[in-house]
Amino acid sequence: MGAAHSASEEVRELVGKTGFSSDQIEQLHRRFKQLSGDQPTIRNLRKGSSGLADEINFEDFLTIMSYFRPIDTTMDEEQVQLCRKEKLRFLFHMYDSDSDGRITLEEYRNVVEELLSGNPHIEKESARSIADGAMMEAASVCVGQMEPDQVYEGITFDDFLKIWQGIDIETKMHVRFLNMETIALCH
Amino acid sequence: MGFQVFVPFIPWSWLLLLVALKCPEASSDLNESTNSTAQREPNVRFAAAGSEPDEKISVFALDYDYVQIPYEVTLWILLASLAKIGFHLYHRLPGLMPESCLLIIVGALVGAIIFGTDHKSPPVMDSSIYFLYLLPPIVLEGGYFMPTRPFFENIGSILWWAGLGALINAFGIGLSLYLICQIKAFGLSDVNLLQNLLFGSLISAVDPVAVLAVFEEARVNEPLYMMIFGEALLNDGISVVLYNILIAFTKMHKFEDIEPVDILAGCARFVIVGVGGVFFGVIFGFISAFITRFTQNISAIEPLIVFMFSYLSYLAAETLYLSGILAITACAVTMKKYVEENVSQTSYTTIKYFMKMLSSVSETLIFIFMGVSTVGKNHEWNWAFICFTLVFCQIWRAISVFALFYVSNQFRTFPFSIKDQCIIFYSGVRGAGSFSLAFLLPLSLFPRKKMFVTATLVVIYFTVFIQGITIGPLVRYLDVKKTNKKESINEELHIRLMDHLKAGIEDVCGHWSHYQVRDKFKKFDHRYLRKILIRKNQPKSSIVSLYKKLEMKQAIEMVETGILSTAAFSVPCQAQRIHRIKRLSPEDVESMRDILTRNMYQVRQRTLSYNKYNLKPQTSEKQAKEILIRRQNTLRESMRKGHSLPWGKPAGTKNIRYLSFPYGHPQPAGRDTRVAELTDNDSSDSELPSIMFKAHSRAGILQETQDIIPMKSLPRGGKPSHFGYQRNTSQEEHDGRGRREALRPKPLFHAVDEEFESGEESGEETSAVRSRWSGEHRPTRQHHRSHSPLLQRK
Repeated sequence: MGAAHSASEEVRELVGKTGFSSDQIEQLHRRFKQLSGDQPTIRNLRKGSSGLADEINFEDFLTIMSYFRPIDTTMDEEQVQLCRKEKLRFLFHMYDSDSDGRITLEEYRNVVEELLSGNPHIEKESARSIADGAMMEAASVCVGQMEPDQVYEGITFDDFLKIWQGIDIETKMHVRFLNMETIALCH
Repeated sequence: MGFQVFVPFIPWSWLLLLVALKCPEASSDLNESTNSTAQREPNVRFAAAGSEPDEKISVFALDYDYVQIPYEVTLWILLASLAKIGFHLYHRLPGLMPESCLLIIVGALVGAIIFGTDHKSPPVMDSSIYFLYLLPPIVLEGGYFMPTRPFFENIGSILWWAGLGALINAFGIGLSLYLICQIKAFGLSDVNLLQNLLFGSLISAVDPVAVLAVFEEARVNEPLYMMIFGEALLNDGISVVLYNILIAFTKMHKFEDIEPVDILAGCARFVIVGVGGVFFGVIFGFISAFITRFTQNISAIEPLIVFMFSYLSYLAAETLYLSGILAITACAVTMKKYVEENVSQTSYTTIKYFMKMLSSVSETLIFIFMGVSTVGKNHEWNWAFICFTLVFCQIWRAISVFALFYVSNQFRTFPFSIKDQCIIFYSGVRGAGSFSLAFLLPLSLFPRKKMFVTATLVVIYFTVFIQGITIGPLVRYLDVKKTNKKESINEELHIRLMDHLKAGIEDVCGHWSHYQVRDKFKKFDHRYLRKILIRKNQPKSSIVSLYKKLEMKQAIEMVETGILSTAAFSVPCQAQRIHRIKRLSPEDVESMRDILTRNMYQVRQRTLSYNKYNLKPQTSEKQAKEILIRRQNTLRESMRKGHSLPWGKPAGTKNIRYLSFPYGHPQPAGRDTRVAELTDNDSSDSELPSIMFKAHSRAGILQETQDIIPMKSLPRGGKPSHFGYQRNTSQEEHDGRGRREALRPKPLFHAVDEEFESGEESGEETSAVRSRWSGEHRPTRQHHRSHSPLLQRK
């Protein structure tokens, strides 16, 4: 981190962009350096899949982490909604690998297969049928009664929001960035 | 209307009780006077010796003493059960007031009767009976039905709150009462500090399970529910431990001899007792889980093993003066996961119901005894003590709630709001636990025992009636955050994904939290524990089990609508990739139908919520109701349309929706002649009868039957199911038309279908009942796949 002066400016910039406090940014930076081996970027070790970046720098790292900040309960309703939407959008992008704005059945299937991939006894076919069932459910929730000629292309972001309406994402998608002394233990 | 029928019935039961109690009075006098030997040898009913020489053989005699105790106990239990029936007949009552209210009222009535008839009540409750027989079932049931995941997510807060809360309350109330006792004016100066502390510990034993039923009705949010639940679970254990320690202190030398060393020893003992109890419980849990792995041939003893091992854990812990309550709780929690998978369906049901029954009986007895003690002559009313007890109970609970939650909120990501805390404060309802402990105070050490008992009773009555009844409206008034639980695959998937995502992110950040712990535990579990403890180790994912459950329900409805009842399922073949081409004889068909009807209606449901007095109706009951509703609709429809085909076009048939299935209509490349036959039939479009007896009930069957229906005349309008699968009558139209469309393009994806077809069985994982699952699964899977309402080809 160059000269102290420009460093703190950077930090302030990042604070503005991501909403972390400068302490948290320091800690995350330390962690980033650990993971990247003191390089400016972290390389993506998993090869192959398109759509994944090859390397990310610290700013990207922070941006991703910022999605997992706990929602501040002192914020007003509108901001809470906004935060919620941001988190859900992040999640949506995780599903939507080709970033076309829709989660198609194929993409959904991939997700389910990956989820169940740790379990050697579950066959791919089961994963597929689960994904199919989930899609059906999503269709029924989002579109309701469908015309016979209607094509259900995939889950759009709005549909996604609808599905998630009942589920409390605030409680689930957060990581407490406060206590990170454990970083030291991970050396 | 059942209620009115019932009402005249109740007076009869009271009458019966009165008569029953009066007769023995007369007869026991008689017995005593005529048969003097009976007094000396009370159990000598069948002894030959000792009768008076001039006694004749009586044709009709009454011997009540012999059966008195079991007779009265049974009568009490029956009475309480009748009262519960009445209570639930009026369906709004359970949401208004906790069931404990009812039990107390019944108890008081019984007490009044006994008092009125001047009958000597049987010695049902003494220390050993309570601790050895009445308490374990209640605790076991609490531990077994605990929802594990939310519990362990909140475990830090729960332990902090339950543990420290009990301690703060106990000591706070004890000390404050001691100070009150010092005031000469109240005439309480002979009650020393230890006795007050002991009283404090027993009066702080909260029994909020009573309010859980009310919470459920109001559907409060999960963390709040878990707080109360966790408190209920752990509170008993902690109070009893504290109680025992303080009794030990009391039995020791005089108060002045107690040194700080003793106090330290007391604290150390507290910790050891708690931890040791849990340790014992876990060990016994594993042993019993391991044993259930081998019981597939004698499933009748499975419930026995479960109960005996739990009880044994309790007794073993008690032998070493460890906390039996915590032991039995830990045993139930550990054992449940593995036993559920190993044990047969009927055993599982038996275990659940038997547990509920036992705990219900215990609790009833305790409450009735409480009622009996209320109406009696052994009370000592001391205004000061009682009023101050009430006041201090509330004050100290408030202090402990707000103080402890203030601290724990700093560490929680989702702190409990003030509203939640108020609710937690208000749910401090005392129950059977405190009464039992008070009743069992040794009179020798507590000369003023009656006063304690009276005070305890007052507190219990006050909290149960006043707080219990008003907490429902309070929850609604405060508009506590509600829970949103619905059972859907999407939700499950997303939550699982979240878990993994969080664990991953935390790993990246280097942040260690309970998700990590949970992850590690799960890995350990999968790798070692499940292999040892579960029969035919087939790891299950919750996503898959939920999916299967929902599939089952669909399959059941399909059967119900009559389509599959005539179709046959192939004999369940286990994980075979090769399909045997079989012709099915009628006997096979019959046996398959038999297997189905026997096995289909028993979907094992994970208990999503905990209700102490009721098990959630089994899925099958709900299904049965839904099925009945649909059937009625079906019949109505068919009447209206003039169709007599029962399987024709059920009003609520499936939801075959249009999805972006990339594969098309099933066109298997001839691996299965059955299927080949089907495809031929598909094009012809009307071979209904011949398809009926196909081995694989492909959805082709559905197709055909529905094509027969005149599409246009079907009414629109659907009936949303409770799963978010929307089932509309208009579906058949879609299906039919879709299928016709689908028929034409002979898709390029048949290879894919083969894979699917063969792959199903291997996907089964339910441990003990593979055959059941595979039989049922096939049709639904096929059903999904082959209705390729195609839309988006990828």
